[in-house]
Amino acid sequence: MIKKIFFQSIFFNFFFLKEVFAAESGGMPQLNPEFWISQIFWLTLTFGILYIVLSKLILPKISANLELRKSQIQDNIEAAEKQRKDSESKIKEYDDIIFKSKLEAKNIFKDSREKVIKDINNKKETLENQINEEIKKAEKEIEVVKKSAPEKINKIAIEASSELVKKLIGAEINNSSISAIVDDLSKKNGDKYYGN
Amino acid sequence: MAANPMTQFEVYRIGPEIKIGTFDISFTNASLFMVISSLAILIIFNLGSKKNSILPNKIQLLAELSYSFVSKMISDTAGSKAKPYFSFIFSLFMFVLFCNMFGMIPYTFTVTSHIIVTFVLASFIFIGVTVIGFLKHGFGYLKLFVPSGVPVILLPLIVVIEIISYLSRPISLSVRLFANMMAGHTMMKVFGGFVISLGIVGGWLPLSFSVALTGLEILVAFLQAYVFAILTCIYLNDALNLHH
Repeated sequence: MIKKIFFQSIFFNFFFLKEVFAAESGGMPQLNPEFWISQIFWLTLTFGILYIVLSKLILPKISANLELRKSQIQDNIEAAEKQRKDSESKIKEYDDIIFKSKLEAKNIFKDSREKVIKDINNKKETLENQINEEIKKAEKEIEVVKKSAPEKINKIAIEASSELVKKLIGAEINNSSISAIVDDLSKKNGDKYYGN
Repeated sequence: MAANPMTQFEVYRIGPEIKIGTFDISFTNASLFMVISSLAILIIFNLGSKKNSILPNKIQLLAELSYSFVSKMISDTAGSKAKPYFSFIFSLFMFVLFCNMFGMIPYTFTVTSHIIVTFVLASFIFIGVTVIGFLKHGFGYLKLFVPSGVPVILLPLIVVIEIISYLSRPISLSVRLFANMMAGHTMMKVFGGFVISLGIVGGWLPLSFSVALTGLEILVAFLQAYVFAILTCIYLNDALNLHH
């Protein structure tokens, strides 16, 4: 019994509370249809205007802006790509030119070196030939001089000794006897002086 | 009484009473915030599309990012056939988002916390999608209710379920947004009331809760606008690309 009263009181309490709440605030204002027509009207109006202005004026502009930017960026990328290719080909050309000119320089250097070496060799040869000839000539002359030298010396010796004898003794001696002596002496000493 | 968490949802007349026939179309606080939201959207996107520079300024970046965000959302869910409906879904997303966000400012009115507003939007979408579906596929659109690969015995049941789920789309769409917005704002109001009633000693806990809830509600405001728009895209996808 007590239990029943307890539950009843809880139940009625709930009922009572709900009534109080409802009386105080009128429930959910959303469910009050007083301004529903007004809200529908203003929603249609504002949303309609918003949709028309956005779809006719603003969104096409944004879309165009985006497209324009995209195409501009694409163009720039393409231009950059083209310039990069150009510069690459230029670099290749430059490399080729440098390679060619290096080769040329090498060839020129090689040629001129060979030429110079040849020149030097030629000159050396001619000089050596000349020198050899000179040497030979000189040797011949020396030979000639060497061969004629003992005769002259003998003559000078004969003259000098006849002169000496004249001055010492005052008498003239026959040249042939002096020459005989000189010849004899020179033959004895010839090996000593000339070595041959 | 300000402590009642429901008073924030009350609609009241601003200015004179306007009547067309028997219909009362007076300018109310709800109308005011619809106008403010629409104007804010128009101003922001007008500024954002005014001049086109290769390096966009902040407002232009905002406009272009939202454009590509919505554009990507539509092409991901509804494919390329949904291109003609882009501006409608964009306006819808922005309108709901701005209404939700303006509602987050203290002492403002949240337009989307009213079932009638969300229901009108959802019904419009529902009717539009149905009309598009029938225009594109004729009576073949009814195949939407007959999923392929279902046993014949189950078919009557499945068709009934499909029809019920299709018809409940405007209700689920509108109630989802309305209930989320109302619940969040009510909860914030309740915690705000606790701050006052607990005073300087005990009020800090509900205050910190209130701060955290504000962050959550801003997230919910964005998320619900996104969900609203993406569900519209999905319904549109059903109508455009019928492949059941």
